[in-house]
Amino acid sequence: MPRATSDAKLLIQSLGKAYAATPTNLKIIDLYVVFVVATALIQVAYMGLVGSFPFNSFLSGVLSCIGTAVLAVCLRIQVNKDNKEFKDLPPERAFADFVLCNLVLHLVIMNFLG
Amino acid sequence: MAGRRPAPAALLLLLLAAAFAHISSAVRPVSDAHRSAAAELFAPSADGSFGDLESTYEAVRTFQILGLENYKSLSGKACKFAAENLASPGPTAKDLFHAVRISGVLRCGVDAGVYDGVVVTLKAVIKDTNSLLEFYYSVGGLLSIKEQGHNVVLSDAESTFHAIKALSQSDGRWRYDTNSAESSTFSAGIALEALAGIVSLADAEVDPSMVGVVKNDIVKLFDTIKSYNDGTFYFDEKHVDATEYKGPITTSASVVRGVTSFAAVVSGKLNIPAEKILGLARFFLGIGLPGSARDCFNQIESLSFLENNRVFVPLILSLPSIVFSLTSKDQLKVEVTTVFGSAAPSLKVNLVQVLGSDSKVITSENKELQYDLDNNVHYLDIAPLKIDVGKYSIVFEISLQEPEHETVYVTGGRNTESIIVTGLIKVNKAEIGISDNDAGTVESVQKLDLLKDTKVSLSANHLQKLRLSFQLTTPLGHTFKPHQVFLKLKHESKVEHLFVVPGSARQFKIVLDFLGLVEKFYYLSGRYDLELAVGDAAMENSFLRPLGHLELDLPEAPEKAPRPSAQAVDPFSKFGPKAEISHIFHAPEKRPPKELSLAFTGLTLLPFIGFLLGLVRLGVNLKNFPSLPGPAAFASLFHAGIGAVLLLYVLFWLKLDLFTTLKYLGFLGIFLVFVGHRTLSYLSSVSTKQKTA
Repeated sequence: MPRATSDAKLLIQSLGKAYAATPTNLKIIDLYVVFVVATALIQVAYMGLVGSFPFNSFLSGVLSCIGTAVLAVCLRIQVNKDNKEFKDLPPERAFADFVLCNLVLHLVIMNFLG
Repeated sequence: MAGRRPAPAALLLLLLAAAFAHISSAVRPVSDAHRSAAAELFAPSADGSFGDLESTYEAVRTFQILGLENYKSLSGKACKFAAENLASPGPTAKDLFHAVRISGVLRCGVDAGVYDGVVVTLKAVIKDTNSLLEFYYSVGGLLSIKEQGHNVVLSDAESTFHAIKALSQSDGRWRYDTNSAESSTFSAGIALEALAGIVSLADAEVDPSMVGVVKNDIVKLFDTIKSYNDGTFYFDEKHVDATEYKGPITTSASVVRGVTSFAAVVSGKLNIPAEKILGLARFFLGIGLPGSARDCFNQIESLSFLENNRVFVPLILSLPSIVFSLTSKDQLKVEVTTVFGSAAPSLKVNLVQVLGSDSKVITSENKELQYDLDNNVHYLDIAPLKIDVGKYSIVFEISLQEPEHETVYVTGGRNTESIIVTGLIKVNKAEIGISDNDAGTVESVQKLDLLKDTKVSLSANHLQKLRLSFQLTTPLGHTFKPHQVFLKLKHESKVEHLFVVPGSARQFKIVLDFLGLVEKFYYLSGRYDLELAVGDAAMENSFLRPLGHLELDLPEAPEKAPRPSAQAVDPFSKFGPKAEISHIFHAPEKRPPKELSLAFTGLTLLPFIGFLLGLVRLGVNLKNFPSLPGPAAFASLFHAGIGAVLLLYVLFWLKLDLFTTLKYLGFLGIFLVFVGHRTLSYLSSVSTKQKTA
């Protein structure tokens, strides 16, 4: 129905405008998450193509992407000034946690990579 | 690798001889059997060589000692091989050692100039080294050069003697060099040989007190000797290290070489018990015919050193044959020789005791054996001793005629040897018959002459019994109990049954009660062939005699009766090779083609490029990077630290293991935490200042 498509278009446009208002650091984090998820999807596509041997390598690749995406989302939540819950948490502390957790995650991933 | 023992029965009686703590033998001196074994073991390869220098030396030395002529034809090649090594630049002391000794054994004519150069090299090694093996090779090489007619003198012999002596330990073993704590009995033998070489090469006499200390070391070394029950002594290492373990033959050979060489060059006697030297000789002879070339070399060379040495010369008592037949009235013959079979000095051999199979004393009268000078054999007629057929241990006693020989030769005093006396066994009163079950009345008895084939024809049913009886008598009239007495019944369908015929003091008798045997015979009626087997090692006329046949009538088999197992077509087929097993291995996984994998690797990098482009579009900048030098340094260190951790992860994936990685990660982590804390706290203080300002 034409109204549905134009409604969808209006929806997307307003979403885009609202998004443009978000602070830059949050946009960086969002871009990072998109990049990481895209990498994970490419890995899944490869596995779908050639089969899952060696399975541990596939798992470690995909889980590293997903894990770092999750950590990035946590960082975004903590750094977002509109979020009342984390008002008292300095963003540098959140970033330090992000870096530390990523390093631990990647140690485990490298061990599992084989 | 076990040698072939010439007297298998002797093994049985070794245990009995232990009760008397005598030396029991079954060794034979070196003979042509050893020579042919050596020729086989040291067969050269297709191009006429024996392998490396050490193997070549072992081969030519063994041939020289045994007097084998083979090596003369191959000496040209071996001489050339040795000469190449002597002339080569920068040779090791070990190579020179073996090359010089090969030239000595084969009497290759080596240039005096070449030897001059070798002497200089070896003397330089002696001056610089403190390793026992290097001392051994260089001193041994110089000694061999001197024996080939070249004039070699070792100046400053005392300090070299001291240097080698310093490596000795209090338990008689020697260390390999001043740095290592590893010591062994094998190295003790090498050290003693080297010390003997130094004494020969020295220009002045070596300090006698030092020599006395070494003699004490030899006594302590002999305290570590090991022994078997039969009077054999050998050396073995205390600690068995898998890589360096040389085995008792090599170790004992090393000690024998060292001790006899040392005893040959010093004055005075060594305080070693004579029975240990005799025990070592028995050990080497007891190997029999060795299984490997190295063992053959060690055996023959040690025996040649023991043949005439200045400690004690062992004399071996051996029997040329251990089977004596009463029928052909054999005489008991005994040889007493050196280890290589050469004549012994004048001595007396006495037969002291004869022991039966359960250590029962048959006779204890002391009889002196007469000596046959032409054949170098002591003999005795045993018929007067009234020994019956069977296996016996005979105890001999050797006594040297000249009292001064007591310090030169060792005989072992009492020696025990095992023999078998054989004879013809008389078989008489042989009877076979069928009797009824209850009454015991014999229906038909036939007398058999078991010394020829007989053909009796019997018939029986399952209610009757078969009786067979006979008597066995020895030449001296006693009852004889052979090792094997079997009665075999073979059915037409090739099913066989064996029965042992029990023997009493009077006769051998077997009663086959068919009523009880019906099931064992699988209810098979028909014609059974009868065979009797009587045999023993002491019986000269053991026999396997067909007796005839028996028609046996058994009842019908019930349904559940056992069937005889199918006879193998070829009874030996179960010893043949089995079917080939084809292993099913896990098939390797299918991998994708390399190009596809590389393409996807590239594809994975695309999102990253997209990320960077996006960052540029968002206008990221590094404005917040601290400008002051202190914080700037910390900030750069922070980024460098993160980069270092990621690099560590890459290394971890490529080659490190988890523990190393965790170790480095620990250090980097602490550094990173410190630096990161400084940087981030600086940044947060800056941002709060901006907020409040």
